[in-house]
Amino acid sequence: MPKHELILLKNMMQPGYTGSLQDYEKTGGYQAVRNTFGKIAPADVTTMVRKSGLRGRGGAGFPTGVKWGFLPKDYQGPRYLCCNADESEPGTFKDRQLMERDPHQVLEGILLACYAIGAETAYIYIRGEMVLGSRILEQAINEARAAGYIGKNILGTGIHADVWVHRGAGAYICGEETALLESLEGKRGLPRIKPPFPATHGLYNKPTVVNNVETLANLPHILNRGPEWFAAIGSPPKSTGTRVFCVSGHVKRPGNYEVPMGITIRELVYEHAGGMRSDKPLKAIIPGGASAPFLTPAHLDVKLDFEHVATAGSMLGSGGVTVMEEGTSMVWAALRLMEFFYHESCGKCSPCREGSSWLVQTLRRILAKRGRMQDLETLLDLCKNIAGRTVCAFGDAEVAPIQSTLKHWRQEYVDLIHEAEAANLIRPEPVGKP
Amino acid sequence: MTFSEKYRDEISEILSRYPVKRSALIPLLYVAQRDQGYVSEAVMQEIARLLGLTPPQVYETVTFYTMFNLKPVGKFHIQVCKSLMCALVGSDTMIGWIKTKLGIAPGESTADGLFTLSAVECLAACGTGPMMQINEDYYEQVTEDKLDRILADLRSTGTSALKSGPFLWPEPTPAERAREA
Repeated sequence: MPKHELILLKNMMQPGYTGSLQDYEKTGGYQAVRNTFGKIAPADVTTMVRKSGLRGRGGAGFPTGVKWGFLPKDYQGPRYLCCNADESEPGTFKDRQLMERDPHQVLEGILLACYAIGAETAYIYIRGEMVLGSRILEQAINEARAAGYIGKNILGTGIHADVWVHRGAGAYICGEETALLESLEGKRGLPRIKPPFPATHGLYNKPTVVNNVETLANLPHILNRGPEWFAAIGSPPKSTGTRVFCVSGHVKRPGNYEVPMGITIRELVYEHAGGMRSDKPLKAIIPGGASAPFLTPAHLDVKLDFEHVATAGSMLGSGGVTVMEEGTSMVWAALRLMEFFYHESCGKCSPCREGSSWLVQTLRRILAKRGRMQDLETLLDLCKNIAGRTVCAFGDAEVAPIQSTLKHWRQEYVDLIHEAEAANLIRPEPVGKP
Repeated sequence: MTFSEKYRDEISEILSRYPVKRSALIPLLYVAQRDQGYVSEAVMQEIARLLGLTPPQVYETVTFYTMFNLKPVGKFHIQVCKSLMCALVGSDTMIGWIKTKLGIAPGESTADGLFTLSAVECLAACGTGPMMQINEDYYEQVTEDKLDRILADLRSTGTSALKSGPFLWPEPTPAERAREA
């Protein structure tokens, strides 16, 4: 098992570690806050994070220090930090573990980010279903507030930062940062048109940074051990640090594995996750959550870092790695994901709202063996007219399963259509509305 | 007693977290749903008044999110994840078990008002499927036997010890724990 050092999961792997403030402090917790607040200039903290090469762990992989640098320097009014804990990307379940098992690590990261960007209020936007996680975080906030780490005049430094937990209410799109802000303002979670970006016009139209849970959890370690230490881990210079990969699907030992970026898919699946669950060989991999295009066994030696996964035609995304065994219908798999996207489309942009419905209906028709050959062109045509034509990246995400399965397993679609033709079951009308 | 009288302290605590009142909308809807099991039209109007919103502004928000019930649901709301990752490891089979055992399909409630079944999209427990959420609790790696025990527990005591605690998966082996210690 892991030959490398754990960073984010280290505490929680220790016997008896409860995630309480006492336990966290025993492992050196809040040292970064003590050593940073009032001792290192906020701009220097941002520089350190930029130097570390830390990139967002939520999906887009934007460099964190650069994102912070977009905030206006001379703005005098309030600024906000939002911790994106909406974890809703199918295949992803790492933030849940980070929050429920070591909440103070996340809180310390939030405080450091608040300090760097000059925010006195932070909201943790946690997905509504994670009731346990929100309770654990609230309890941790109370502990930290009583100990003087959160609130007014933190540790006597004159710095204020308050942290609140805000529960979402069951909408995938609220993981998109501007939809998250709309939702936090008490509205429907419809993504905003960018620009302006949240850095200048975010929550309540004020300068705002939105960072993922795992991104923030890395900050205490970067401050404690230095950006050079962090920048040497993983696959420098573009993919530094570890990732908590979430392995799901047909493997022996699914779960969260923290590894340096740059290990191969083969190592993650066969060494960490124990290999395939049965003697059926591996057929398909989704390397970065439902929004990432499918890969094939030919991609097993692709390195899991931002650049190599992108070169292979997919994306590292949220780190959700789903493995499928031989015998899994790729048309069925694409349909299941498409049903998800159809359900979660917020409805703001017509190509996505209408297109997702048409894609589901067309896929259902093919899977029900009532398809016709033109359906394949229809699918691709629809995909082409959704991707890049919507306000947010959801449009690009939803076409990924269909485009990639059609690219790698087109014959499965063709075989189903041939069966339909042979049985003379061709029906132009859809098989039921989604 | 009206909603605002009954929960006066909680409401003012929630309002104190935000510089703009409307941000308290979702938290207040949760309070209302906890009270009644669903969000009624009357309470939506009251919340609108509390926050200085029009009733349609409240209604448009409520209807965007899947977690608010606009009509009463069973005492135990069973939500089974049907997304791909859970489907790969048997969520369709699990929905079949529940259908057989309770005699309800997704979207239906049992006649005694105890159980409502919903098939929902991803709940972020993809490594421990098949899974379901019942009211506030997750139940993961559900087998038919485990399901029987959960349903029996809920009927007899209203809760079940089989619900998930703070999440950690896979649990480290003793050797791994020793190495990290």
